[in-house]
Amino acid sequence: MFDLISNYHSKLLDAFWVTIKLTLYSGFWALILGTLVAAMRVSPIPIARGIGTLYVNIIRNTPLTLIIVFCSIGLYSTLGLRLAAEGPDSISQNNFRFAIIGLSVYTAAFVCESLRSGINTVPFGQSEAGRSLGFTFGQNLRYVVLPQAFRAVIAPLGSVLIALTKNSTIASAIGVGEAALLMAEMNENEAAVLQIGAIFALGFVILTLPTGLFFGWLAKRFEVAR
Amino acid sequence: MTASVLYDAPGPRARLRYRVYSVITILVLAGAAWFVYHGLADKGQFTAEKWKPFTDAGVWKTYLLPGLRGTLVAAALSIVLALVLGMVFGILRLSDHRLVRWVAGFVVEVSRAIPVLILMIFLFNLFAKNNVFPSDQLALSAVVLALTVYNGSVIAEIVRSGIKSLPRGQSEAAVALGMRKTQVMLSILLPQAITAMLPALISQMVVALKDSALGYQITYLEIVRKGTQLGAAEQNPIPSLIVVAIIMITINYLLTVVATRVEKWLRTRKRGTGTALRAGAIAPPPGMNAIMTDQTVPGVIGNARPGN
Repeated sequence: MFDLISNYHSKLLDAFWVTIKLTLYSGFWALILGTLVAAMRVSPIPIARGIGTLYVNIIRNTPLTLIIVFCSIGLYSTLGLRLAAEGPDSISQNNFRFAIIGLSVYTAAFVCESLRSGINTVPFGQSEAGRSLGFTFGQNLRYVVLPQAFRAVIAPLGSVLIALTKNSTIASAIGVGEAALLMAEMNENEAAVLQIGAIFALGFVILTLPTGLFFGWLAKRFEVAR
Repeated sequence: MTASVLYDAPGPRARLRYRVYSVITILVLAGAAWFVYHGLADKGQFTAEKWKPFTDAGVWKTYLLPGLRGTLVAAALSIVLALVLGMVFGILRLSDHRLVRWVAGFVVEVSRAIPVLILMIFLFNLFAKNNVFPSDQLALSAVVLALTVYNGSVIAEIVRSGIKSLPRGQSEAAVALGMRKTQVMLSILLPQAITAMLPALISQMVVALKDSALGYQITYLEIVRKGTQLGAAEQNPIPSLIVVAIIMITINYLLTVVATRVEKWLRTRKRGTGTALRAGAIAPPPGMNAIMTDQTVPGVIGNARPGN
């Protein structure tokens, strides 16, 4: 196992770095998109609510592999959308960015649902007070409800981020050079199935375990005292 | 008349404003739809020719139905196996012996921490190099086992929290009647926990069904791979993927509806004949792969129609 690690150590670091980058970028966009969808789902405009619900129901029920493959075959190859400038590594750059789009769109549905359950934890009186101060829906959401909702869902959002880390392996379906792709490659070249499995399992434990602990700590730290 | 807590019942001016917003929303949506449609149509994805293959029985027989069968077989096998495995580990985690508890807990935590795809690639190579399964069963067995391990660990947590949330009196009464530990578990605790966790289990089936698409990457012939093959063969990649998506969304959505119905049914069953534990008391462990059932607190999520 240590032979393998030292033979592949730069490749391993590169691959896991791509995994981390995929996770962080997609997490960022998923948080923004998910918050937007959650706001739509609780808004006073029936059509916006309908669109939000439709989004969540469609995305949640679609396999992530399908979404990512669609981003590559559909948007990139067939429709000819480009997300990176022409250059020697434009194909891998494009695939990387389309993978981020697929992961963000998928994860946003789960961020939205977590946030919505967080909004449910905010006591009635809080937003009633906001309304009696003359806040509009938007102000109420921004200044009263969402800040508390976010603090309540830190731990669930941590789980979403961990799941995103694990799901980022699916990007290998369109050739993004992250951990799962390297694992497949190593399995082709080396005979040590068990050791390779152990290396990658360990890699993900190292990535996800601290994330879980960190978010647990964060959730306690920012808990709303009631 | 009732409004959500987040916003007032709108007056005349607010109603007008909402109407304007609605129109804007529709316009934006229509614009986006038109942009997508135009983009696809420009590349000729909406010509009759691209969609014609789907009226052909042969296309369904060669691609979509075998793909669907692959997906369903993998999901069904793995959910049944995961149920057994989950039950065993869930009970082991509640064991009176610290060592058993600890080992079972470790196994469950580790299998949840590893991405299913990594597990799948590992099992696929392991089976291939050791000739465990005949080569035509290789991909299927790797998909099924990887899904079993992951979903089994999730179900173990569901079982454990289900049994733990039963009132203590249940097992105390059983012990007072002279039942042994196994009897208490099998005839008192487990049946009640299983009824209560039925909705969570059905939701987990959606996860298994969705995750079977991971088999795409180890050449398992499930519906996404078959869909891309169809797209390549008939030169209609986008229509093929859209059809695959519609099939998957329909099945999963129906399962989710069944889960919600069962939950409602369990909740409204007559008192006295029901279980000690209400349905929905057990949520699947948080995480992206768990389908979260809609939790609504009356008034907060705007189910109430504003206006009038």
